[in-house]
Amino acid sequence: MAVAQAKIDALAARLDALDLPHGGFTRAARAEALARLRATGLPHRRDEYWKYTDPASLIAAAAPAAALFDGQEPPVFDTIDRLRLVFVDGVFDAEASDDPALAGVEICRLAEADAADIHWAKSVYGVLEARGQDPVSRPLAALNTAAATDGVLIRATGRAAKPVSLIYLHKSETSDAILHHCVRVEGGAELTLLENGPAAARFNKVLEVDVAAGGRFHHVRAQGRDHERRAVTHCFARVGEGALFKSFTLTANGQLTRNETVIEIVGDNAVAHVAGAALGDGRHGTFHHDDTVFVTHDAEACESRQVFKKVLKNGATGVFQGKILVKPGAQKTDGYQISQSLLLDDDSQFLAKPELEIYADDVKCSHGSTSGAIDETALFYLRSRGVPLEEARALLVLSFLADAIAEIEDEAIQQEITSRLEGWLARRR
Amino acid sequence: MLNINNLHVKLEEEDKAILKGVSLDVPAGSVHAIMGPNGSGKSTLSYVLSGRDGYEVTEGSATLEGADLLEMDPEERAAAGLFLAFQYPVEIPGVGNMTFLRTALNAQRKAKGMDEISAGDFLKLVREKAKALKIDADMLKRPVNVGFSGGEKKRNEILQMAVLDPKMCILDETDSGLDVDAMKLVSDGVNALRDAGRSFLVITHYQRLLDHIRPDVVHIMADGRIVKTGGPDLALEVERNGYGDLLAEVG
Ligand SMILES: Nc1ncnc2c1ncn2[C@@H]1O[C@H](COP(=O)(O)OP(=O)(O)OP(=O)(O)O)[C@@H](O)[C@H]1O
Ligand SMILES: [Mg+2]
Repeated sequence: MAVAQAKIDALAARLDALDLPHGGFTRAARAEALARLRATGLPHRRDEYWKYTDPASLIAAAAPAAALFDGQEPPVFDTIDRLRLVFVDGVFDAEASDDPALAGVEICRLAEADAADIHWAKSVYGVLEARGQDPVSRPLAALNTAAATDGVLIRATGRAAKPVSLIYLHKSETSDAILHHCVRVEGGAELTLLENGPAAARFNKVLEVDVAAGGRFHHVRAQGRDHERRAVTHCFARVGEGALFKSFTLTANGQLTRNETVIEIVGDNAVAHVAGAALGDGRHGTFHHDDTVFVTHDAEACESRQVFKKVLKNGATGVFQGKILVKPGAQKTDGYQISQSLLLDDDSQFLAKPELEIYADDVKCSHGSTSGAIDETALFYLRSRGVPLEEARALLVLSFLADAIAEIEDEAIQQEITSRLEGWLARRR
Repeated sequence: MLNINNLHVKLEEEDKAILKGVSLDVPAGSVHAIMGPNGSGKSTLSYVLSGRDGYEVTEGSATLEGADLLEMDPEERAAAGLFLAFQYPVEIPGVGNMTFLRTALNAQRKAKGMDEISAGDFLKLVREKAKALKIDADMLKRPVNVGFSGGEKKRNEILQMAVLDPKMCILDETDSGLDVDAMKLVSDGVNALRDAGRSFLVITHYQRLLDHIRPDVVHIMADGRIVKTGGPDLALEVERNGYGDLLAEVG
C-alpha cells in the first residue's frame, strides 16, 4: 500500500511541475492518458518491471542537472543525405531545420497540428501507446502522451526520397524534454527515420509507428554521447500484413537510459526486428543502460528478432528484459531473441530477463543470453599475427557487436554507426 | 636465425616445470624438425617463443637474429619475423578472414614503417597465395576458421604464413588432420617459401611430412629437453622403432 501511495504522490509532484497542453486533435488522447496515469501512478523501484533499474531520477519533479558535453567529432549521420529536423532541449527549431518538404512524405510539427481538429495522427497519437499498456503498464509513456509539448507527425505515402532525421541538441544543463512523435507508413510506402543526440538533461520520448500492410519502416538511432544525461524512451509499433519494421539503437554514454520497445504484429507474414548496441564506461560516473522489449505475435507466419549487445567496463550496468508473446492462433511464428554482454572487467554487470510466452503449437521460438569476457585465445591469435593488443581488442569488440549492427540495412548508415563504435573504442585505448 | 639457450619454462599458475633446458640453433635458410612423444613440451616451446600468456621463463634465453624474443610482446615478435602455425587454429566469429589478414599485414607493415597495402594489391596477393593452396573465395569470406574443417584450418594457417612473409616459421603439427592431397599442397606451399633468408622449425609426429619437406636437422624432444639431434635419418628411425629405444639409449 505504501508503494502504491508513493507512486500516486510521485505523480502529483510531477504533474505539479508540468504545464499540461490541452491540444486540439490530441485532447481526448491526453485526457485519457492522464486518467490511466492517475490509476497507476509513476513507476517505483519496487515494481517488478523496474527491479533492475531505479526510476527515481526519471520520475523526479525536476530534472537532475546534466553537464553539457563538448565532443569534438562531427555529429553522426553527417555524411548521409537526409531531411534534418532539429530540436533544441525539446523545442523544434525551424531555423536550424530543413524545409520539411519531401517527396513521398508529409511532415507536420505536433505543436502546430494540435490546433487542428482532424488529423490522420488521431488514430495513432496515444492509441498505440495505450495498446502497449497491457499486460504491463508503462506509466512514463502515458505521462508522455498527456504532457508532450512538441514532436513531429510523419506520414509516408510513397517511397521517401531520403531519410528523415531528428536531431536532438542539448544546450541547457537543466532541460527536461518531453517529445512525442507519430509515424504512419501507408501500404507499400517506405521510410527511414534517423534520430541522434542527447536531447536534454532528462528526456522522455515516445515514438508511435503504425506500419500498414506492405509498408516498410527503418529506424536507426544514436543516443548522444553526453555522460550525464538521462533518458526514458518508448517505441510502440504496430506492424501490418507483409510489413517490415526494423529498429536499431546505438547507445554510448549517458548516466541512465531505459529504452522500451513494444511491438504488436497484427498482420500475417510481417517482419519485425529490433536491435541495440550499448557501450558503457563507468569511469565518467555511472552508466546504466536498460533495454526492455515486448514483442507480441498476433498473426500467422511472422518473424521477429531481438538482438541486443552490450560492452561494459568500469562498473557499468547493462539490463535486458525481453519478451516474446505468441498469442493463440499465431501459428508458424518465428521468434528469436539474443542478449549478450561483453564485460571488459570484473566490476561491470549484466542483468538479463529473457521470457517466452507461447499459446500456439506450431511455432519456432528461441532465446539466449550470455555474458563473458574477451576471448584470450582469440586475442593471442591476433597478436601472434602482428596485430597490436589494443587494436586486437577493438577488433574483437566490433566482432562481438557485428550481429546487432548487421540489423541496419542501409550500408552507408551502417558504416556511420560502425565509425562511431570505432571512435568510442579508439578513445579508450 | 633462432637461438634458444638452456630454456626453462614453468606454468605461471602452478609449480609445474615443462621445458627443462632446451637449447636449439636454427641457422638462416635451414629446416629443423622436432619430434617427440605427446606431452613432451613441443607446443609449449612454440607458444613460449611466440609470447603466449600463462608461462614463466625461469632460466635461459631465446633470440631471433640476435634480438631478445622473451622481452617482446607477441605482436612485436610477429613484426620481427616470427610466425607460428598453430596446432589448433583459433576460430574468431564475427571477424572475416580477409579483414583478419589485411589487419595483420598492415599492422606488420606499420611496425616496419611501411605504408598500408592498397586494397587492389592486397586482393591480388591473397588470391594468388590462396589459389596455390586451393583455398576458395568462399573460405576467404567466412569468419576466421569458423566452420572450417580440420584440414581447411591448417591450410588457412599456411595462407597466413604466405601472406605475412615471416623469416622464422614454426609449424606445430601442421600435417595432422590433412589428407594426402592437402599434405602435398601444404608441403609445396612451405617448400615454395624456402630460401636462404628464411628458416623453419617443423614440429611433427610423422615421417610423412618430412618426405615432402626435407629437414636439414631432426631433434627429438622428451620431457622438456632435446634428447637427441641428428640428420633426416633420425626421423626414419622414429618411424620404424618408436621412441622406446631412443629414450632408453639417452637414459
Ligand atoms: N596451460 C597449461 N596448463 C596445464 N598444463 C599444461 C599447460 N600447457 C602445457 N601443459 C602440460 O605441459 C606438457 C607439455 O604440453 P605440450 O602441449 O607442450 O606437449 P606437446 O609435446 O606439444 O604434445 P602433443 O604431441 O600431444 O601435441 C603436457 O603435460 C601438458 O599437459
Ligand atoms: Mg603439441
